Amino acid sequence: MSANGNGAVVLATDLTRRYGEGDAAVDALQGVSLAVEPGELVAVMGPSGSGKSTLMHLLAALDKPTTGTVEIAGQDVGSLNDREVTLLRRQHIGFVFQFFNLLPMLNAEENVKLPLSIAGEKPDPEFFSELMHRVGLTDRRTHRPAELSGGQQQRVAIARALVSKPSVVFADEPTGNLDSQTGGDILALLKASAAELNQTMVMVTHDAHAAEIADRVLFLADGRIVEELPRSDANAILAAMARTGS
Amino acid sequence: MTRVALAGLFGRKLRTALTAIAIVLGVAMVSGTFVLTDSINKAFNSIFTDVRKGSDIVITGKAATSTNNGSTAPTVPASLLAQVRGLSSVQEAEGGVDGEAHLIGSDGKAIVFGGAPNLGFSISNGASRFNPLTLVDGAWPKGDQVVIDKSTASKKHFKVGDEIGVQSEGPVEKFRISGLVKFGTVSTIGGATLAGFDVPTAQRLFDKPDQYDEIAIGTKPGVSSNEALQQVRAILPPDAQARTGAQQAKKDAQDTNSFISFLRTFLLAFGGVALFVGSFVIANSLSITIAQRTRELATLRTLGASRRQVLRSIILESLVVGTLASVVGLFLGLLLAKGLFKLFDAVGFTLPNSGLVFATRTVIVALLVGILVTVLASLRPAFRATRVEPIAAVREGATLPEGRFARYRTLGSLMVTLFGFAALIYGLFGKGLGTAGVLIWMGVGALAIFIGVSLLSTRIIGPATEALGPPIRWLLTAAWIVFLITPIGWIYIAYYRIRYGVFPTFVDRSASAELAEDNARRNPQRTASTAAALMIGLALVTFVAVLASGITSSFRGAVHQIWHNADYAITAQNNFEPIPVAAANAVRTVPGVEAVGNVRTGDAKAFGHSFFATAVNPAGATMFNLDWKVGSKATLATLGDDGAFVDDGYAKKHHLVGGSPFRMTFSNGKTKVFHIRGIFKPPAGGSPFGSVTVSQATWDKFNQNPLNLYSFVRMRGGETDANFAKLDAKLKSFPNAKVATREKFIDNQIAPLNNILNVLYVLLALSVIVSLFGIVNTLVLTVFERTREIGMLRAIGMTQRQVRRMIRHESVITALIGGVLGIVLGVVLGGLLVYRVDFIKFSLPVTSLIVFAIAAIVVGILAAIFPARRAARLNVLQALQYE
Repeated sequence: MSANGNGAVVLATDLTRRYGEGDAAVDALQGVSLAVEPGELVAVMGPSGSGKSTLMHLLAALDKPTTGTVEIAGQDVGSLNDREVTLLRRQHIGFVFQFFNLLPMLNAEENVKLPLSIAGEKPDPEFFSELMHRVGLTDRRTHRPAELSGGQQQRVAIARALVSKPSVVFADEPTGNLDSQTGGDILALLKASAAELNQTMVMVTHDAHAAEIADRVLFLADGRIVEELPRSDANAILAAMARTGS
Repeated sequence: MTRVALAGLFGRKLRTALTAIAIVLGVAMVSGTFVLTDSINKAFNSIFTDVRKGSDIVITGKAATSTNNGSTAPTVPASLLAQVRGLSSVQEAEGGVDGEAHLIGSDGKAIVFGGAPNLGFSISNGASRFNPLTLVDGAWPKGDQVVIDKSTASKKHFKVGDEIGVQSEGPVEKFRISGLVKFGTVSTIGGATLAGFDVPTAQRLFDKPDQYDEIAIGTKPGVSSNEALQQVRAILPPDAQARTGAQQAKKDAQDTNSFISFLRTFLLAFGGVALFVGSFVIANSLSITIAQRTRELATLRTLGASRRQVLRSIILESLVVGTLASVVGLFLGLLLAKGLFKLFDAVGFTLPNSGLVFATRTVIVALLVGILVTVLASLRPAFRATRVEPIAAVREGATLPEGRFARYRTLGSLMVTLFGFAALIYGLFGKGLGTAGVLIWMGVGALAIFIGVSLLSTRIIGPATEALGPPIRWLLTAAWIVFLITPIGWIYIAYYRIRYGVFPTFVDRSASAELAEDNARRNPQRTASTAAALMIGLALVTFVAVLASGITSSFRGAVHQIWHNADYAITAQNNFEPIPVAAANAVRTVPGVEAVGNVRTGDAKAFGHSFFATAVNPAGATMFNLDWKVGSKATLATLGDDGAFVDDGYAKKHHLVGGSPFRMTFSNGKTKVFHIRGIFKPPAGGSPFGSVTVSQATWDKFNQNPLNLYSFVRMRGGETDANFAKLDAKLKSFPNAKVATREKFIDNQIAPLNNILNVLYVLLALSVIVSLFGIVNTLVLTVFERTREIGMLRAIGMTQRQVRRMIRHESVITALIGGVLGIVLGVVLGGLLVYRVDFIKFSLPVTSLIVFAIAAIVVGILAAIFPARRAARLNVLQALQYE
């Protein structure tokens, strides 16, 4: 929950990621550095092939960079062994996936509590019912994912990401699998949670409306950050996207 | 994570159930075996204990030899009874004789239930404490009366007052049934017939005048058994012994105990095979399931689950599955035990039954074994699951990463296979291994070969599918057309026309079949693993068939080689029992008979070991074509008083050459020194003679009641219907003997082998059924995996029928690959064993092999029924949207 000395929750320094060898090598990232401050909601945008997904995978400790370092909550991820990274995931990182990634045989409530039960903990009952209320799923807590709509499933996923009060939540195209109406609701929820819980968030998206809720928008092209906007409306974002080739 | 594991299991009930069945059947076999053998044990124990229940001390003759066939222990003189009664510690005593008594049914044939004995004995006092029988009808016998057991009476429709023929040492005699008896608490004594007579009648029938086989003693109250034993032993003749009733019961039970142990080990081996096959199915199913759950497992890792938690979760799953399956299997075993009783009964091997015994040990072993096998089988897939990286959660179509040792797969499996063959060959040909050692090495070798070959077979899936695909297509099409031509096929055509409005097509386009072949090739490891389960079952079935074929053709060859200058053979009704010589003696008087050659048999002892010796008469000299190393055909006729001939193996073992002296002890304890006059080499299929053969004249001197194993008859005119009829008529008064031509003789001897073969097939069928479920499992799982793909195929115009055909075709290919591999492996293993064993020739049972191949195809078709229907019935829209 706390940031390191100079304050950044997520700190990336000169990240590169190369796939393959020799002639067939692909440099997905070619030197990216960024710092995410506590309570910030950062959006990362870019056309396909820009490296935005790769960047998020590296920031979220899902993948290892070819060169460069990633620090989360003050810990250098590259120097941690598997056990330590696992602990990091439990305590400091939350995920929201594009395809929800709920466990089909658990109901909504169990899915939300999953990160804590893996750690062998139970949530504070007040906080938990507050959270369920926040995502609007109090009535559906005993339903299985198959009985929930896409939007509802994503709400479960968001609650799951927030339940362990992580240092940072990574959202990978959270509205990618939802219609615009539902997507809008989800974005509002993300925004509200970030604000009210002072939750740091990093979101990858190609949707300009989604990027509207961000405090900062970063634009990637060809593996580098090419532009950065402060909080902007959709039009400004779309313009920046056109400029950077999205 | 516990909740994740358990919820996962119960969310996928069908898949869990199909996987569990693999273990259920194996555990059922183990549990059933224990229940069966414990029950038989209890029945036998109660029989033996009941018999001696009333006796404090029992006097019997001391048998010089320890085998229990043919000759028996010597008797004690009747005068001993009076002496015993005079002892101060004895309150009462009774003497009894026993022997074989064949009851003759109303059809004139001896009443025989499989290999069960036909017991005859004396009853001196029906009401005495020494009599374990209960009278259920009528009265105890006097004079020319007999009591028989109620079970035989019911089965053969006899009642009190009826006449019944009894044959023992001499010709058939008629008795009147004075009463029916039951033996203690046991309802059936496994097919044994009982015949009780009064003492003088019994002594006459069993040719033991003024003698007893045993004396039962009841001591005075307050006298210790030690004191009584001392007194009794003091007055015993040297060839008699005394034991307490309990000791005697134990001794009586010894033979059956070792038989029960053997039966238990034998049946457990089959349970072990079923479990081994089951472990393949479990490992395979779990691998497929885990591959399908890659995204889920990766998500758990992103939420902070450690590798160890993932491992433990999966092992917990298999622990639960194993436990549930074992419990079900445990109780299924009770049913199986009942089935086994019936199976053995059907092949003429009735076992005594006094209720099923369900011991604690059975519960513990069955559960332990089932759980252990399940968990062990799931270790490899579980470890692979831990290698799922968290990043797989974000990727579509993420696949399971390869195991750490995947690189070494081909090399490793090759080494395992070679090790297996090495172990097998060592077991077969290694020097100085005891029976247990041989079996263990062979077992380990076979296990390794199966594992190695199933791993290696991944490589051949591609070419095998290409080779087998088209023939299967044509075969199934042809079979389908044939089916439609039959009356049942017409009914089906009518039904189809009514239901769908069109006639069913005869031949489908080949698209389904081609897709099926592609699918089989797509994941060769999975296809190979599934096929491997069936491979094991069919390898063993083929192995057994090769052995049986070898044994029968060897035997046939041996008879054709040796049987010479004779037209008929006389044997017991059950083909293997030695029969009293009266039958052969009577046959000599039939007009037209030129010679009767006898082969006597019975217990003897030499070089410290007991064995079956044989004896031959001069008349038989021309009837046997043996391969003489020392001596010649003439040797058979000129054995004289002290001549003997032996087989070359025996001669080598004991360093005997022509002229060597040879000391042999007969069952009556007397010893004689013989001289070796001949050494012969028996052919692969054996010979009528034992290791040692002496002259009939000498043999009869040392055996009170000699028995013939075979008699061979040469008649004027040779093999004719008239001659056969004459012999048959003569043997009417010897209902336990029968006559056969040479070919019928061969068939008779081989028949029990076929029975055993069928029992083995049934026992192995269990493993085949397990592998069938394995194929069903794999198909169901792959249909799940390919839901979207199948939806797409349907959307572009594939009919339900074509989808079913696709699944069925894939199933048959998998099954046939397993079948062919299994048959080839079975022939190789069988060949190795035949090479090692002298008395079996290698003979390929081609018909059986074709049947097995067809069986594999049928397994494939059956396994596909359920998955094919599921695949065909998928809702197209939902399928297209399936994640």
